[in-house]
Amino acid sequence: MIPLLAATYQSALHPAGKYAAEIKWLLTVFTIVASVVFVLTFGFFVVSLIRGRRNRMPDATDETARRSAKWVGGALGVTIVALFILLFASVVTGRALSHIYEPTERHVSVIGHQWWWEVSYDGPQADQIVLTANELHLPVGERVIVHLTSRDVIHSLWIPNLNGKRDLIPGKESTIAFQADKPGIYRAQCAEFCGMQHAMMGLVVVAEPKEKFDGWLAAQRMPSRSPVSIDEQKGQQIFMNTSCAMCHSIKGTSAGARTGPDLTHIGSRRTLAAGVISNTRGNLAGWVADAGGIKPGVLMPPNSLTPDELNALVVYLESLK
Amino acid sequence: MNVRRLAVFALSLALVASCRREQRELRRSPAAAARTGGIVRLSDLQPGQPSPDIIVRNLSEERAYDLSEGKRLYASYNCVGCHSHGGGGIGPPLMDSEWIYGSNPENIHDTIVEGRPNGMPSFGGKIPDYQIWEIAAYVRSLSGLAPTPAAPSRDDHMITRVAPQSKKEETPKEAQK
Amino acid sequence: MTDELLHAELSRTWHKPTGLWGWLTDNHHTTIGLRFIITAFFFFALGGVEALLMRTQLAKPGNTFIGPDLYNQLFTTHGSTMMFLFAVPVMEGIGLYFVPLMIGTRQMAFPRLNVFAYFSYLTGGLLLYWALFSNFGPDTGWFAYVPLSGPEYAPGKRVDVWAQMITFTEMSALAGAVNMIATIFKNRAPGMSLNRMPIFVWGQLVTAFMIIFAMPSVMVASSMLAADRLVATHYFNVAEGGDAILWQHLFWFFGHPEVYIIFIPGTAMLTTIIVTYAKRPVFGYTGMVLALIATGFVGFGVWVHHMFATGLPQIGASFFTASSILITIPTAFQIFAWITTLWHGKISFKPPVGYVFGFMFIFIMGGLTGVMLASVPIDLQVHDTFFVVAHLHYVLIGGAIFPLLGALYMWYPKFTGRLQNDALGWTSFALLFIGFNVTFFPMHLLGLLGMPRRVYTYLDTLGWGGMNFVATIGAYVMGLGVLLYVSNALLSLASGRVAGNNPWGAATLEWATASPPPPYNFLYLPTVRDRYPLWTNAPDQPVVVGVPSDKREILVTKLMDAEPDHLYETPQPSISPFLVSLGSAIGIITAIFTPWGVPLGFVLVALAMVAWFWPKPPHKELLEEQP
Repeated sequence: MIPLLAATYQSALHPAGKYAAEIKWLLTVFTIVASVVFVLTFGFFVVSLIRGRRNRMPDATDETARRSAKWVGGALGVTIVALFILLFASVVTGRALSHIYEPTERHVSVIGHQWWWEVSYDGPQADQIVLTANELHLPVGERVIVHLTSRDVIHSLWIPNLNGKRDLIPGKESTIAFQADKPGIYRAQCAEFCGMQHAMMGLVVVAEPKEKFDGWLAAQRMPSRSPVSIDEQKGQQIFMNTSCAMCHSIKGTSAGARTGPDLTHIGSRRTLAAGVISNTRGNLAGWVADAGGIKPGVLMPPNSLTPDELNALVVYLESLK
Repeated sequence: MNVRRLAVFALSLALVASCRREQRELRRSPAAAARTGGIVRLSDLQPGQPSPDIIVRNLSEERAYDLSEGKRLYASYNCVGCHSHGGGGIGPPLMDSEWIYGSNPENIHDTIVEGRPNGMPSFGGKIPDYQIWEIAAYVRSLSGLAPTPAAPSRDDHMITRVAPQSKKEETPKEAQK
Repeated sequence: MTDELLHAELSRTWHKPTGLWGWLTDNHHTTIGLRFIITAFFFFALGGVEALLMRTQLAKPGNTFIGPDLYNQLFTTHGSTMMFLFAVPVMEGIGLYFVPLMIGTRQMAFPRLNVFAYFSYLTGGLLLYWALFSNFGPDTGWFAYVPLSGPEYAPGKRVDVWAQMITFTEMSALAGAVNMIATIFKNRAPGMSLNRMPIFVWGQLVTAFMIIFAMPSVMVASSMLAADRLVATHYFNVAEGGDAILWQHLFWFFGHPEVYIIFIPGTAMLTTIIVTYAKRPVFGYTGMVLALIATGFVGFGVWVHHMFATGLPQIGASFFTASSILITIPTAFQIFAWITTLWHGKISFKPPVGYVFGFMFIFIMGGLTGVMLASVPIDLQVHDTFFVVAHLHYVLIGGAIFPLLGALYMWYPKFTGRLQNDALGWTSFALLFIGFNVTFFPMHLLGLLGMPRRVYTYLDTLGWGGMNFVATIGAYVMGLGVLLYVSNALLSLASGRVAGNNPWGAATLEWATASPPPPYNFLYLPTVRDRYPLWTNAPDQPVVVGVPSDKREILVTKLMDAEPDHLYETPQPSISPFLVSLGSAIGIITAIFTPWGVPLGFVLVALAMVAWFWPKPPHKELLEEQP
């Protein structure tokens, strides 16, 4: 049996924040009005077919036209009134969604890349800036302003459970506000076609209570954990001496390239490959060895490592909690 | 009938004409990423019978996708830092006809892999081999040595170099090693 | 002169050349019109196959039937085909075929321009499919947003092919539109004042004007894109002061009117079907005409609703919400008028009435989801999701393809002289209707449940598999419906009952002549005194006399009231339009690879133009008239 029910963590119909709830309300209003209009109009049409079939003669006298004109005029009047109601509801909701932000609010910036999301949280000092990827953490009940831009092509950030979408446009910065009211894990996906792996450009959104969020943020501000075991040390060496360090950065080491996602705390992330596979040892090894096999066209090259080397590298990366 | 025959002919011609320019390899085999050393002999003296020189045809030069990848990697791996967008700076310019270590694909490949005295770092082992070929192809396209229909046009950045399409091909002048 | 003699002489004068040479030179509006329709259906079939391939890929999560590269090429080609190579040309083709018949003339105003339009269109289509079959089909979507389609992110010639395909098809559409306007304004039968024109002709007129105002925008945009890619201009380079959003404005300033360019002929056909089968004049003729014109105007003021997610100022967005909602009013009037017409009509239930049913069900639903999309907050949720995919197919297939298929069924006897099999007609309609709704209705829900459009696959855990599977089944049912529709048309070609001039008892002039119409259309050019000449013309309705039958002369009438003005000789078949089209094709296609294509094209076109406009020796009579 095919499951007909979709998951609820990437859905505009299961709002988890006030903006999405407002939109869902508006959608409900529109759907009700639209259904009534549909049933009435289509009903009249079906009746007209039945009558038209029964009629002996077509009737096109002026008298009929005058009578019909009243009906059509009335229907048109009702249509216009209904449209005005909808327009009004839409504008009211639009106002509720628009935000004017205050300097005290929490700001996050999200930068689109082909095909992953760079997420950064401001810090008091330069070395306190949190750089992470494909995972957006939000404190519950707090309004967060997300600043959006893109490094390459146009992407679109869409967290349906929290709000509508906003495009990430190179050379422009735009903002969108989110407020998660229910803790939980939601999923976002790029909504503007951005090339080969547009379909596999996901973002995990973690809405958690303020204390938990603060704990997470504090942990993310730390530099990376130093390798302890032999395998971890060997893994770090491999990381630094092969192509890994050419694109990725790990805070606290010499790896500082910004082409690919920051890996300082990759071990703490829930998913790999932009919300596509879960972060397990097997998946990580598969991704490192042959990323193109999971996401054809991805910019990360395959790596020819011996099984030992690969194992050590993965052990090291996993230790970066 | 005539029309149909003509159409069939035109179609087959068109299919044949579709060339390497548009090929894209979306999933590289790990073998293509294997680390390799240099290709060109640095000395003419060899023990025993001299073996013939290896002539390399860099297929990436004919593929638009590879050239474009080469351009992206050229920026990602910070070639820009020294060579700028071809105009040179700390390192020599790449868009002119002067080649200190040879202008052939294999020369450029080896330059990237092994590094050169006075500043060119050795990227061997740090970059997958197929990417080195892509970068080498792009570097040659900077001075018009790659076929122009495949070469990338302007960047989405400040204008820093002439697009290969509007540039005359230059005959490489090899400086002595 | 007796009728037989006149027939013989007119046949000689308007003789259609045959063979390959005839194929390249013939400029009869019926030939070109039919050729447009058949070519468009050929591309429609290709676009349909692409759709089926995509639906097959999406049938289950994580499917590996086709990879992302091919999938991206397929959806781009599908969209571009359906918009540029099918919908617009097929509507234009039907206009070319029927407008001169409906307004009672023998030829379009500029017959050779038609030939040029056709060959441009054909080249554009073949160019696109050459690229697709050679595995370098465009892959950036049918609206090719920069910078994804710019020189930095779209290597190779894929996007250049797309941009030049646009150039070809828009050139063709513009040529057709100019021709249509001149024909409708100046070649109507005496007595057919503007307010007596059939609604179908009005629809074509409004469409032609919309084409003239909308298409230049996309031609400019695609030329700028091609220049950015080929000669490194910076129109869309943000770093050099270009703008990525500029592309979206230019594209959608064309793109939204484009929808009405497809939809207005659709509604005009629907009116024609309803009038024909309800056997009474349409209710509210003036209102219908004003509705078409209003749609044409307001259609230019709604384009920004495609761009709400780019982050527009609230007040600007509200304006476009209001205009997008406003545009439903004229269409609502049309729907009410159709219902009224049917209500007081005597309907004969033939398959085209089925398509009216299909239109009403599907289009009303599509229109209502359109109102939802006009609202900024809702749009921000469902923009670029499968909800939009559902909406656009509901309005385009419901609003244009269903009327088109119904109208073609109605006009089939006029094209071929034979009737189709009604049972097969109803069956194919039923398959299309059910298949359509099964395919596209679930997509509304999929969009709301988070499925973005243009994804080549999706994760199992998101639970979209069930509805996608259902949609795929629907797509195959639809494909079966199309197959049956086409087989019915092909089978009836040989075996259908002979139809006669006017099998449906319809009212407009195209039914006044033989089926299929002779090359000269009418033995005697008709006059009219009313909107429904075949229902109300007097038995002794006068005909136009004095039009020479030994030359291809047509009557030119005045713009408003169609009083006879003068005679105008239309050109003989000639190869020059084909040569101009060939020259421009060589130039434009070469320009994909090198800027030298532009001067090359200029020279070739100029040479061919010299042939086209080479002065003819003046008429003997004219010389004799000189003092």
